[in-house]
Amino acid sequence: MTLLDDGTRTAAAEPATTWVRTEPARQDRAVAQHKRTLTSVTAEQRFVQAGSWLAALALTWLITTRLLPWDGVVAFTLTWFVLGVGLVALTTSLVGSWPEVVDRVMSGVVHAAVILLGVALLSTVVFIFVRGHSALFHVNFFTQDMEGIGPRDPFDRGGILHAIVGSLIEVGIAVAVTIPLGIGTAIYMTEIGGRFARIVRTVVEAMTALPSIVAGLFIYTVAIVAIGIPSSGLAAALALGVMMLPIIARASDVVLRVVPGSLREASLALGASRWRTVWHVVLPTARPGLATAVILGVARGVGETSPVLLTSGAASFLVTNPTDGVMNSLPLYIYSTVRSGEPLEIARAFAAASVLLALVLLLFVAARLLARPKKGIR
Amino acid sequence: MTTVLRTEPAEIDADVPRPLATDLSGSDRVFTVTTRSIAATVLVITGGIGLFLAASAVPTLQRYGLGFLTGTRWEPESDVLGIGSVLLGTFTVALVALVVAFPLSLLGALYIAEYAPPRLRGFLTSLIDLMAAVPSIVYGLWGFFLLQPHAGAVAHWLHQHLGFLPFFRVGTDPDAAVYDASKYTASAFVAGLAVAMMVIPMACAVMRQVFSQTPPGEREAAFALGATHWGVIRTVVLPFGRGGIIGGTMLGLGRALGETIAVLLIISPAFDLKFRPLEIGTNTVSALIAGRFGEASDRQLAALLAAGFVLFVITLIINTLAAIVVSRSRSGQGADA
Repeated sequence: MTLLDDGTRTAAAEPATTWVRTEPARQDRAVAQHKRTLTSVTAEQRFVQAGSWLAALALTWLITTRLLPWDGVVAFTLTWFVLGVGLVALTTSLVGSWPEVVDRVMSGVVHAAVILLGVALLSTVVFIFVRGHSALFHVNFFTQDMEGIGPRDPFDRGGILHAIVGSLIEVGIAVAVTIPLGIGTAIYMTEIGGRFARIVRTVVEAMTALPSIVAGLFIYTVAIVAIGIPSSGLAAALALGVMMLPIIARASDVVLRVVPGSLREASLALGASRWRTVWHVVLPTARPGLATAVILGVARGVGETSPVLLTSGAASFLVTNPTDGVMNSLPLYIYSTVRSGEPLEIARAFAAASVLLALVLLLFVAARLLARPKKGIR
Repeated sequence: MTTVLRTEPAEIDADVPRPLATDLSGSDRVFTVTTRSIAATVLVITGGIGLFLAASAVPTLQRYGLGFLTGTRWEPESDVLGIGSVLLGTFTVALVALVVAFPLSLLGALYIAEYAPPRLRGFLTSLIDLMAAVPSIVYGLWGFFLLQPHAGAVAHWLHQHLGFLPFFRVGTDPDAAVYDASKYTASAFVAGLAVAMMVIPMACAVMRQVFSQTPPGEREAAFALGATHWGVIRTVVLPFGRGGIIGGTMLGLGRALGETIAVLLIISPAFDLKFRPLEIGTNTVSALIAGRFGEASDRQLAALLAAGFVLFVITLIINTLAAIVVSRSRSGQGADA
């Protein structure tokens, strides 16, 4: 029997040779659906647009600073935007038709909205770092806790080690509990299925709507008030876990569902048992997606304040035992210090927020790198 | 010997997974039982929370009746508990957030799907996802320290020039020589702006996904008929993505209703039944829970749980509607919203 790559090899004089395809045929490769670029902007249009916006800028400067008492960033930007759109419409209508005017105006509106979005995101990140940098660049900020540190003590004393450690412990416990449960549930829902799996899926999807504060209130009522567990890192970890469980289970379910059924069928056809199919075929295939789901769930958990607010209490000293009374965490530390009103404390809160933001960024980049398809496979 | 030709194709649908029946081996039985018990555990945990919330809401709802949902006062001392004003405040904040977030996320999604250079598209999509991962406390700090002064000025301007509209009214004189700036801070407006930053990435991600699935043939046909770029967007992309636009916005609304910490940081709590987003003082269900849980007696705690249950049910209904809208629409066939 000969498995042939193409017709040309039939002429080969070795009838007993079996040709095995070592790489996918050209038509097997997923043809990337490139959207063709259908729009082009002529140089003249570019000049007209740039000129209109520049003219609008000059006019805005004239109006807001010389003619009318409209100082302030918001007034300036708004005036520039309105004038710019107006001028673009005017210059376009000199040469073009009505649809062209609408097209240019909407293009201006879309770009302005995106710039506004970008400014909002960038200002968030930059603002946090700028306000926090005075407290951030001290080694002791990462190696000491706040025990015995007053609100007016200088930045070279005290730090947020207790909050960082607390966050890591709480999220660590929550993740250690939710990952096996979440991924196990997702495997059950996709690989075994049946009516019970549909019930589980419905309930899990419904519970993703649970507001995080209600998850915190649930643990507060059940664990702290009714059972009598003290406010502690463990209670906070439980609250975070309750919040993250449906999120991770659902995200893993989505990831596992896109594993091609043909891979499963091939594995079963080769005689593998079900759990071997899951362990050696399904999970490795879905590994990048699962990692992304888990990491994004962790990023969500690290930054979530409200469940922790109700359950952990706020310690000012380093606590490493999650069952031993109050504990602190980064979001809670930020929330409680920023309300003190002391400038130095607020700077510390912003520095802690920078650390939290950097942590989330790190997790996010890790998720992206893991999710990236490996080169050479595709 | 007659040959019967098949006149119609056999009904084989290659895409539907075939049911594979096998005798379970011992290890498979262990696997099935293990995963099923894990799933049962998760079902008990998650379902238990829902049932627990419902069960603890019952006595409160029985005691206060419908007045719990419509009452405006929260006075545990005189045994008067109502979340009417709090619910209104929750919706006010969410409404402000949506009014800001809807156009921005729609235009942002249009930019990524239609206007952005193809090389930038992946990066911008990651950026939107990153925006979703930024902790809400960070947006709270941003809203409180950076945005509040500017937002106060904008609120004053709106009151001054559009104050005849009832929802722009503030209980102070806008034209006074030195106006009372503190009246325009800590309002549902400022809180809504901070919440909008959390709504935008959710809504934008869903919208971008459906826009990018627009059939290329229809776009190219519209271009071939001489449409401008905006003409194509208006006649092809937006109608195609309508389900995603509605669904994404509703998902964002669900997020906005449950947001706690940014709101708690910005607003100053008030229990008035009013729809004045620009004026100082409002309250939301989640901020109420966060503010009152510590001092709560058993009955108050039950009332807070009831309030949380109401919030959960509202969010659940909105999320379910969003999922239905997305999955029913033409564009949402493969979308996981």
